[in-house]
Amino acid sequence: MTRTIRIKKGADIRLKGRPSTQVEQASSAPLYAVQPPNYQGIVPKLEVKEGAAVKAGSPLFHSKENPELKFLSPVSGTVKQVLRGEKRRILAVVVEADGKNDQHVFATIDPAAMDREALVAAVAERGFFAFLEQRPFATVANPTDVPRSIHVSGFDSAPLAADMEVVLEGRAEAFQTGISALRVIAGGSNVQLGTKAGQSFYTGIEGVDAYTFEGPHPTGNAGVQIHHTRPINKGEVVWTMHAEDVANLGETLLTGTYCAMRVVAVAGSECDAPRHLKTTLGCAISSLVGTVNDEEVRIISGNPLTGDRTANDGYLGGMHHQVCLLPEGNKPKFLLADGWLGLGFDKFSLSKSYPTWLMPKSKEFTMDTCNNGEERAFVVTGQYEPVFPFDIYPVQLLKSIIANDIDAMEKLGIYEVAPEDFALCEYACTSKIAVQSIVRDGLDMLKKELG
Amino acid sequence: MKALHNLLDSIRPHFEEGGKLSKFWVVYDSLETFAFTPGHATKNGVHIRDGVDLKRTMFMVIVALIPALLFGTWNQGHQYLLSIGEITPNDPMMTALWDKLFIGAVKVLPLVVVSYGVGLGIEFLFAGMRGHSINEGYLVSGMLIPLIMPVDCPLWMVALAVAFAVIIAKEVFGGTGMNILNVALTARAFLFFAYPKQLSGEIWIHNVKASADAGLLADGYTGATALGHLASTVGKGLDEPAVTGVMSMFGADGMFSLSNSFLGLIPGSIGETSALAILIGAALLIWTGIGSWKIMSSFLAGGLVMGFLFNLLGLNAYMTLPAIHQVVMGGFMFGMVFMATDPVSAAQTERGKWIYGFFGGFLSIMIRVFNPAYPEGVMMAILFMNVMAPLIDHYVIEANVGKREKRALAAQGATA
Repeated sequence: MTRTIRIKKGADIRLKGRPSTQVEQASSAPLYAVQPPNYQGIVPKLEVKEGAAVKAGSPLFHSKENPELKFLSPVSGTVKQVLRGEKRRILAVVVEADGKNDQHVFATIDPAAMDREALVAAVAERGFFAFLEQRPFATVANPTDVPRSIHVSGFDSAPLAADMEVVLEGRAEAFQTGISALRVIAGGSNVQLGTKAGQSFYTGIEGVDAYTFEGPHPTGNAGVQIHHTRPINKGEVVWTMHAEDVANLGETLLTGTYCAMRVVAVAGSECDAPRHLKTTLGCAISSLVGTVNDEEVRIISGNPLTGDRTANDGYLGGMHHQVCLLPEGNKPKFLLADGWLGLGFDKFSLSKSYPTWLMPKSKEFTMDTCNNGEERAFVVTGQYEPVFPFDIYPVQLLKSIIANDIDAMEKLGIYEVAPEDFALCEYACTSKIAVQSIVRDGLDMLKKELG
Repeated sequence: MKALHNLLDSIRPHFEEGGKLSKFWVVYDSLETFAFTPGHATKNGVHIRDGVDLKRTMFMVIVALIPALLFGTWNQGHQYLLSIGEITPNDPMMTALWDKLFIGAVKVLPLVVVSYGVGLGIEFLFAGMRGHSINEGYLVSGMLIPLIMPVDCPLWMVALAVAFAVIIAKEVFGGTGMNILNVALTARAFLFFAYPKQLSGEIWIHNVKASADAGLLADGYTGATALGHLASTVGKGLDEPAVTGVMSMFGADGMFSLSNSFLGLIPGSIGETSALAILIGAALLIWTGIGSWKIMSSFLAGGLVMGFLFNLLGLNAYMTLPAIHQVVMGGFMFGMVFMATDPVSAAQTERGKWIYGFFGGFLSIMIRVFNPAYPEGVMMAILFMNVMAPLIDHYVIEANVGKREKRALAAQGATA
């Protein structure tokens, strides 16, 4: 029995270059990378050295805190390089593919027949804890916790996002196995699935509490769906997993080989043929978009609101399911032309001081990456609330974070949110405040405090 | 525009660190960012940003003020010509249009110039001292201040009020976005308490041609504003001739009739007299979402409710004035649209805005009628509600916090 939940708050940013439903095989990439910074809260400990031969599914590194939590190589080949940043922080472990696709062989598993502890260990060994996120704190899940529930969002509502029906096509068995595994991990039941109207893929899926959601972005965010079904209280832990990773988990358990498949939406106004490409986790960006002029075009791994800026020599991020190409907005704009006083018929704005709201709903816009103003103090009120579908006061929560007031942060509901839930607030902000990074700081502060 | 940008680029080195004019970096920076939205691209977080910024937002408020400013300028000339008997109230409004605008502009423009000059000067000073860029907040305050001044307020007094308001009400709290009180109202409150004679509800209807007329006329003409007249009735019996005389001015044919008050054809501070011109601005603010319709409508409701309550009581002549007449007079409309809605000093939660607005309107009329020493209750009411706004927000947020705690307790109960 599915329940329908209608969410009014939020906004769909109508960007040009939405991906078609066509799926193509991406050209094979020479290099793949697993990037520890993609996995929040993980301090990596390397298991391989540069030059070592690895199979697809061999561990590259593990979490220092929970050594059983492994991060696996998506392909077979040799470890070409360990990229390090400041203070020797590991940024990426790069694997040069040999094209043979030698697989590390795991035991095949029927999750329904296993007890929780053994299955948690098996999932961690197969590298899938990397894709389980937990709330509070929006970090990689801690395998020693027992979550209250596990939530899977069945669609992505972000601008230019991949269409989950396309991504999961033909993978019903794998997805169902993944769900069965999550059921065991969540203690027997307590798996929630949020879908949207018109999706047919999920109709036969069993063993979930299914909800149907209607509404604009960020309705597809797990955090929003959890808030509107079973909100997280202090002391509770809820895990989330991306639907594609659920299918990959199921397939890995069924076949005994590490499935690191990614069907990625390659989209954006600067993309010649916006479509879906089938590739493998951590592939070189150039295998998806070719070489672009990154002075003029920004390559984003992930969606335009929460993704990471990358370059021609970058890699697809571990938690990302789309790549966007948007025009770089690094040129000054004269006030009366396209600057702050222009008429702005070609601009998409949530503010009615621009004529966006007069235009037909089908019109799509080209947006560049210009900040469109300078950072200021909080002045305008009531602009976050319409795009923030939580029963939480966003500005007050942000101010409590800025003031390092942990007690107030807890009271105002920081347990329920992740930075991505604030992405539209940041987009809409008149004062150009870095809202998501403030939320991230708050979560990190809280985690440190609570240990 | 390339040429302008090249020019700005070419003089840039002088203002940068180590340049001859590096002390004036703030000035350069604010001019450059005024002309060109800088080509700063997003770094972390979102890669795309909405086109709206604080400059555009503030500019919209200025645009919303234009009808009140133009009408106020015209009205100052209109009142002057009425006072010297050159026109009669029955002449069409367009009679001597340019004369009226000219006379008005002679009085209004210096106020605007002084307000911006002093205010922005202080802003530049503080921005330079603190090493941050100029915030756009004063663009609006600087226009609001002249509009709520009596037209013959001496310029040095305006300058003093502006300096006081910008420094004490804003900069000591950290600048735009940090202030507790509305800056423009603080300027007026300063004058009200420091120089009560000039803001007592009597207004000086200026005679710019006095010297030319070689003493045939007085240098000016002092008349009471509508609120000043009404205040004089408090404490007197309903039937006293002085009272009936005042009240007749508020009748259908009187100087302060409902239609005159609504259109603004009465003496008063520059921007406040015409409810019509203010409502045109209000429409733009609500349209663009920049002014809170919640505050405006609840403020109006509060004023009407208090007015009706007074009508029911009817203890003195002031109380018998219809509620609708109360709200179109004095600074009520101007305060409602441009002062109460200041997002920084108003309540910031959506529910709080309803409460804040309602009590603002309610108190405005109450102070006006109960305390004739303060003919302009709106200023007092809004400043008072500015102080109360954080408290209102606190309780609104506490309710939300309480709800969350209750939910957590219920969840614990369910698992236990």
